[in-house]
Amino acid sequence: MALQIVDGCVNCWACEPLCPSQAIYAAIPHFLIDAKKCTECDGDYADKQCASICPIEEAIVDSQGEALNPPGSLTGIPPERWEQVRAEIQAR
Amino acid sequence: MELTVLGQSQTTAPAAGGCASSGCGSNDDQLNHLPEHIRAKVHNHPCYSEEAHHHYARMHVAVAPACNIQCHYCNRKYDCSNESRPGVVSELLTPDQAVKKVMTVAANIPQMTVLGIAGPGDPLANPERTFDTFRQLTEKAPDIKLCVSTNGLALPELVDELCKHNIDHVTMTINCVDPDIGAQIYPWIFWKNRRVYGRKGAEILIKQQQKGLQMLVDRGILVKVNSVMIPGVNDKHLEEVSKAVKAKGAFLHNVMPLIAEAEHGTFYGVMGQRGPTHDELQELQDACSGDMNMMRHCRQCRADAVGMLGEDRGDEFTMDKIEAVDVDYAAAMVKRAEVHAAIEATLAAKAKAKVETQNLASLQTAFVSLSSLTLPKKESRPVLMAIATSGGGIINQHFGHAREFLIYEANAHDVRFISHRKTDLYCSGDETCGDGESVLQKTINALKGCEVVLCSKIGYEPWGMLEEAGIIPNGEHAMEAIEDAVAAVYKEMGEKGLLDKKPETKQRATA
Ligand code: SF4
Ligand code: SF4
Ligand code: SF4
Repeated sequence: MALQIVDGCVNCWACEPLCPSQAIYAAIPHFLIDAKKCTECDGDYADKQCASICPIEEAIVDSQGEALNPPGSLTGIPPERWEQVRAEIQAR
Repeated sequence: MELTVLGQSQTTAPAAGGCASSGCGSNDDQLNHLPEHIRAKVHNHPCYSEEAHHHYARMHVAVAPACNIQCHYCNRKYDCSNESRPGVVSELLTPDQAVKKVMTVAANIPQMTVLGIAGPGDPLANPERTFDTFRQLTEKAPDIKLCVSTNGLALPELVDELCKHNIDHVTMTINCVDPDIGAQIYPWIFWKNRRVYGRKGAEILIKQQQKGLQMLVDRGILVKVNSVMIPGVNDKHLEEVSKAVKAKGAFLHNVMPLIAEAEHGTFYGVMGQRGPTHDELQELQDACSGDMNMMRHCRQCRADAVGMLGEDRGDEFTMDKIEAVDVDYAAAMVKRAEVHAAIEATLAAKAKAKVETQNLASLQTAFVSLSSLTLPKKESRPVLMAIATSGGGIINQHFGHAREFLIYEANAHDVRFISHRKTDLYCSGDETCGDGESVLQKTINALKGCEVVLCSKIGYEPWGMLEEAGIIPNGEHAMEAIEDAVAAVYKEMGEKGLLDKKPETKQRATA
């Protein structure tokens, strides 16, 4: 039972000091979670701390690979809208 | 300590030599009518004192990129997009590296008086890294003032720690005092170990900001409030914000334009929220100014800017370049003190000269001669002029090199600084934003509303285009002091009978 930090992470340091298990560490190219240490905050907090402050959608995933903050959940930007704008920008 | 609340108990006593009218351009500094102890705290701070920003420099370091809220104008993949230039990621430093960099810069640019920690992120969301930097600097470089910008969420619990350091002022971004409006700006905050969304989050944030503001004021720390003007969201509301923060004792209110381009990937950018036009921004700044100082020379500099306002010498001081440098800070402090004393002497001399000119003026010349021109005062309308300058308070930049212009207003009584306009940041509306738009056309659009451009030199092509846009190019006052030149040009316009009527608007941007 452990969370994982993946590609999207922008190394913002927000999660690291909050982890009750000291499972998070700065690494290159992005922060990582030590799977042996991560307890998913069980027993410490109701919400998983790293996922609750992380500003980047899809940067933290659970053991099934499922994003804790799915697209659109943090920015409020509907994913379809983002795709469309991205395509427009690329077409310029 | 009690701070005088501007506009409540104020008799706006003019400082010695200053002019009693607060907007008067003969004021060396807009801050002249602040109480003495406040002026003492800001007189050498380039971001707070309009006069100081010509002479003193500041630097920012990025040490604490975490943030505890989300703003709709921010994309955390970049810097804090309204406090600094979006899309440019600053060099993130450890506290030790930051201290080294600050001391190196302070030794090399003795005019550097202020170190700020602002974005990316909220410095108080990562208090260990911020305070570690402050603690070391308070000890090792006591002649540097420290400055911090915050969204205010974590402020109340950290005020006391903050006050232990060499800090005179704090900048807080307050965009609203109404949670319903807040809910349209802040999608969530992180509070007491969970994410709180929408109105509820905004309500907590607003409470914390107001509480933090009060605590800082009570402790004698000056608070500057930044607000981002978001058309259709908080533009109507910001006057109320201005009143509220003024009543609490904030000493400056800085209304900044929203910058939102789709490619920044922010909510506002992607969803097509527009930024304010120059006119809208200026109108709001005027409405909020009242008897409170409005900050108009803010450059929204990037989070690791180094040097004078409007310039960035960050490239000279990247970590790889300074790692090997050994700084003798004791020696540097001596040199710094000398340089600061010289600047103060120049400023004092300038102030004295100004008083003398004024006395003379009141006898026969300069401004008074404006009113004795054949036209009665009320008919001579105010005129906006744009100035190309690279600093020092003089007209010393080629039109084509200017990436920003200072905007001054001249009227029958005085000359005053209004704002600065960047030429590459703004877009004045869809119809002028076609892909084919040239840089020059962009610049001309940015100068909308101005009737004259003063610069050191100007090329043939832009000359013609400016004229076509109804803006008079003028290179005759190169190397002159800005305010004097503006007054002279205004006087000339009066003599030519150009001040009686509104000019016909030929500018494309107004179409
Ligand atoms: S889920 Fe909790 S324990 Fe696991 S890494 Fe995140 S903060 Fe640490
Ligand atoms: S909070 Fe998210 S983006 Fe920031 S360091 Fe942690 S995982 Fe990366
Ligand atoms: S406070 Fe600054 S860093 Fe945090 S989300 Fe808002 S703009 Fe971005």
